[in-house]
Amino acid sequence: MHIIIIIIVFLLNGCEDTVLNNPYDPAEKDKKIIYSSFSTRPKTLDPSISYSSNEAIFISQVYEPVIQYHYLKRPFALVPLTSVSLPEITYYNDKDEIVEQDGRNRIKYSVYTIKIKPNILYQPHPAFAKDQNDQYIYHNVDEDIYEALSIEDITDFKNVSTRELIADDYVYAIKRLAHPMIKSPIYGVMAKHIIGFSDLGKNLVKNPQVNDLYQSLSKSSIDGVELIDRYTFKIKIQEIYPQFMYWLAMNFFSPIPWEGDVFYDNEYLKDHNLTFAWYPIGTGPYMLTENNPNSRMVLTKNPNFHGEKYPKFGSPGDYKNGLLEYSDKQLPLVEQVVYSLEKETVPRWSKFLQGYYDFSSISSDSFDEAIRINADGKPNLTDKLLNKGLILQTSVAPTIFYIGFNMRDKVVGGNDDRARNLRQAISIVIDFEEYISIFLNGRGTAATGPVPSIILQDDIFKNEYIYNYVDRKRIRKTIKYAMLLLEKAGYKNGIDPKTREPLILNFDTAISGSADDKERFNWMRKQFRKIGISLNIQATHYNRFQDKLRDGNIQMFMSGWHADYPDPENFLFLFYSKNSRAIYGGENYSNYNNKDFDLLFEKMQYTPSKELRNKLAIEMIKILQYEHPWVWGFYPRTYLLSHQWNNKSKSSEIAYNTLKYKDINIELRNNLRKSWNVPNLWPILILFTVLMIFLMPVFIVYRNKKYKPRYRK
Amino acid sequence: MYSYISRRILFAIPVLIGVNLITFILFFTVNSPDDMARSHLGDKNLTSETIQRWKKYHGYDLPLFFHSSERRSNIITQTLFFQKSIKLFIFDFGMSDSGRDISSDILQRMWPSLALAIPILIIGLLVNITVAMMMTFFRTTYVDTSGAFLCIVLMSISSLFYVIGGQYFLGKILKILPISGYDPGLNSIKFILLPIVVGVISGIGASSRWYRTLFLEELNQDYIKTARSKGITEMRIFFVHLLKNVMLPILTGVVVIIPSLFMGSLILESFFGVPGLGSYIIDAIQLQDFAIVRCMVFLGSILYIIGLILTDISYTIFDPRIRLE
Repeated sequence: MHIIIIIIVFLLNGCEDTVLNNPYDPAEKDKKIIYSSFSTRPKTLDPSISYSSNEAIFISQVYEPVIQYHYLKRPFALVPLTSVSLPEITYYNDKDEIVEQDGRNRIKYSVYTIKIKPNILYQPHPAFAKDQNDQYIYHNVDEDIYEALSIEDITDFKNVSTRELIADDYVYAIKRLAHPMIKSPIYGVMAKHIIGFSDLGKNLVKNPQVNDLYQSLSKSSIDGVELIDRYTFKIKIQEIYPQFMYWLAMNFFSPIPWEGDVFYDNEYLKDHNLTFAWYPIGTGPYMLTENNPNSRMVLTKNPNFHGEKYPKFGSPGDYKNGLLEYSDKQLPLVEQVVYSLEKETVPRWSKFLQGYYDFSSISSDSFDEAIRINADGKPNLTDKLLNKGLILQTSVAPTIFYIGFNMRDKVVGGNDDRARNLRQAISIVIDFEEYISIFLNGRGTAATGPVPSIILQDDIFKNEYIYNYVDRKRIRKTIKYAMLLLEKAGYKNGIDPKTREPLILNFDTAISGSADDKERFNWMRKQFRKIGISLNIQATHYNRFQDKLRDGNIQMFMSGWHADYPDPENFLFLFYSKNSRAIYGGENYSNYNNKDFDLLFEKMQYTPSKELRNKLAIEMIKILQYEHPWVWGFYPRTYLLSHQWNNKSKSSEIAYNTLKYKDINIELRNNLRKSWNVPNLWPILILFTVLMIFLMPVFIVYRNKKYKPRYRK
Repeated sequence: MYSYISRRILFAIPVLIGVNLITFILFFTVNSPDDMARSHLGDKNLTSETIQRWKKYHGYDLPLFFHSSERRSNIITQTLFFQKSIKLFIFDFGMSDSGRDISSDILQRMWPSLALAIPILIIGLLVNITVAMMMTFFRTTYVDTSGAFLCIVLMSISSLFYVIGGQYFLGKILKILPISGYDPGLNSIKFILLPIVVGVISGIGASSRWYRTLFLEELNQDYIKTARSKGITEMRIFFVHLLKNVMLPILTGVVVIIPSLFMGSLILESFFGVPGLGSYIIDAIQLQDFAIVRCMVFLGSILYIIGLILTDISYTIFDPRIRLE
């Protein structure tokens, strides 16, 4: 009985205002805190290494590259972040003379000049703490001292300080990308573009001080990265690479203070997981104050944040949609953001509905509870969610999922009419509208080309090889037409003339582990059966699937691509012959090879004007639509649910540093949470009564037996 | 007894080497070091040079078991198996492939696992013994038959159902406990109550049925008949004579699992958001983090061996007729 009383007291103490199921500290209820969740444990928070979106949601709030994407403008536009203006690009010819980039001059290299704003400070951190003699307190500290100080967490350091962000921090960060200890995934790409980057990488491997990150980097330099003054630096790029501007907006190009590397270079700290990879040091609006990737990550407002204001202008419709309500307000808008690890969708969804998470995506388990599709095929919230005042936001992701043909394959590959007709027939019969409806609950748009409309808006989204267009509506071409194409390809009614049996095609895919796998495979077989082709599906472990792609030992496969930056080039490079997977180990999984396409792609790479690049992209897409190296799959749509206490926000699948624009109405949240979570105790009383009724006869028998021996004397 | 224990510990060494060898073979049959590098670095824009740098830094550029280009003992020592295994035997787990200290992670994650596993074990044991004793005490009555029926029903239900059902009933309908989450210290109580209730209820069916069988077997022993013939009350027979003897198989069964308690429960921890060790190895397999996989398999093997030795010792404690020689 005492235990029950203690438990009840604990519950009541822990949960004010009769809300017993509140998972958070009741003292937090009047603070502006956003509660969210993450499902996958981050592997690293080092901006030089991280290349995952689940890590970017943390890193992007802490670190600041020189430029960022405008929060509201669409198509995406780059704007300065820590820089005074967008980087200034100068082009040079073979004689090191400045030339115009008008297509007539041969460009040897381009120089990006970046000037950063003064007076930007880093977050408070022990790495910057100095004593009275101007010596760093926590640099090169003996492990025993930390042991004696019982340092277990970054908050255990008594002294913290800051310093101004300088151009040298960006230079140091670029050098860091080349260091073998860092193992940056973009080393290979940058080695192709930044002059002298690859040489630094090679030299560092031979450097006797290679294991000392700071020492080895401080004594090294890159030919193509030059520090001009305290606030200015230059980056030299081989020839011309307009997309480099987008790279500058990625976390890889965030500033790194050298003090961080020296501070964390300590065995004691490493043994306690106090490393750069887990405790970032940035200048951004938030700093990571609690870091337990197994349970909870907390971002707290950086008291040294240099200040940034909510944009005054956006895209058409933003004002009407309330997105400019916060115009010119100081960012960030909330004090803290708490992320809890929720691996399973069921508890995450339940807690969102109870008001304990402020945002939620919609898993397939909860789709029917959340969404109903109306007569026009548009998604609407169900009455239950509408009554809760939830808001649904949908957006097309800069992503494509597709079925690729191996263009080196003897049956489906090649540029001749036979293979093209076969690929076109297959593209027609795989009904991705049906796939989206069955397997994605309608969350997607059937693709007509490789580039999603969010990246390139144009009429090119007509694909007359696959669809007929009637009254602005597209209708997939008929099976009869596909059969005709198949006949032209030499497979009348799907019969292979060599074997006189149905043509057998092999389809490779990685097992997703989803319960839908079997149904998806059956659906895929059904699509091919429409034209008499027999499909042999080989579902393998992801690693084996990748091996097959590398060996070119594949006929058809399913894959996907998520854009790094909002430029058609980031999709079209997937078809450039010099990126062939089988030959060069690149991202062209289809091993597509077309000279006309390659010429246009190379021309696009050397065209700085975005307008001209888009025109070239459209020409390239036309070639691809004619050739069908892919069945154009679908562009997924993301659905995001938001509670009524959140401010209006714009989703962005490219930029991740958008937390600073989010706000909440805490009074409304507290009131609604309270009304949604009133405990129901009557079912416990019913259960207790039923148990008592069951046990009553037992108790009577027990009393009878208690003092009576089984065998009477 | 000491020589017996020493002998068992010595026997454990080849067992551990064998387990480690099998882990290496199985892991590297499915994942090559190149696959591991790709998994850690991501597939995008990855060049073979970047992969080679990752492998070299993590020591995965060495051959698996034999280094044919080396001489003498280096043929064996300059291999992935030797380099990665030798430190395990001095309990130096090193860093995970993603750069976290494994010992530190294990120490941090074992407490939430224990906070969940120990109450489930103790409360579960008390509840299961009580239910089993009640069914035996009221054998052949409606309590026994309905109890046995209920046990079979409980045994037949998937453990996932208990988890989702518990979250739905206590968290969503009654709204008296948080659906998931965890806080360290005393704040953890409100979070672990629900998984403890679920853990205990899900174990009642199988354990109570088994304990009931043990009680019934003992009930037909001569010493019980003797006690009854002496006119001892049924209550006293149950609580003094019967319970003491039934505890022998129950406790020895429990002792074997005690060391492995801290390895946690995958389902409970995943669904209730408890940051324990339950999902540590599964996450590591998914992330292709071999450093964690081999450490956890090694640790699991050691704990299993300790459990078996403790079981042997517990026999001698509970049954004085048994000697360890």
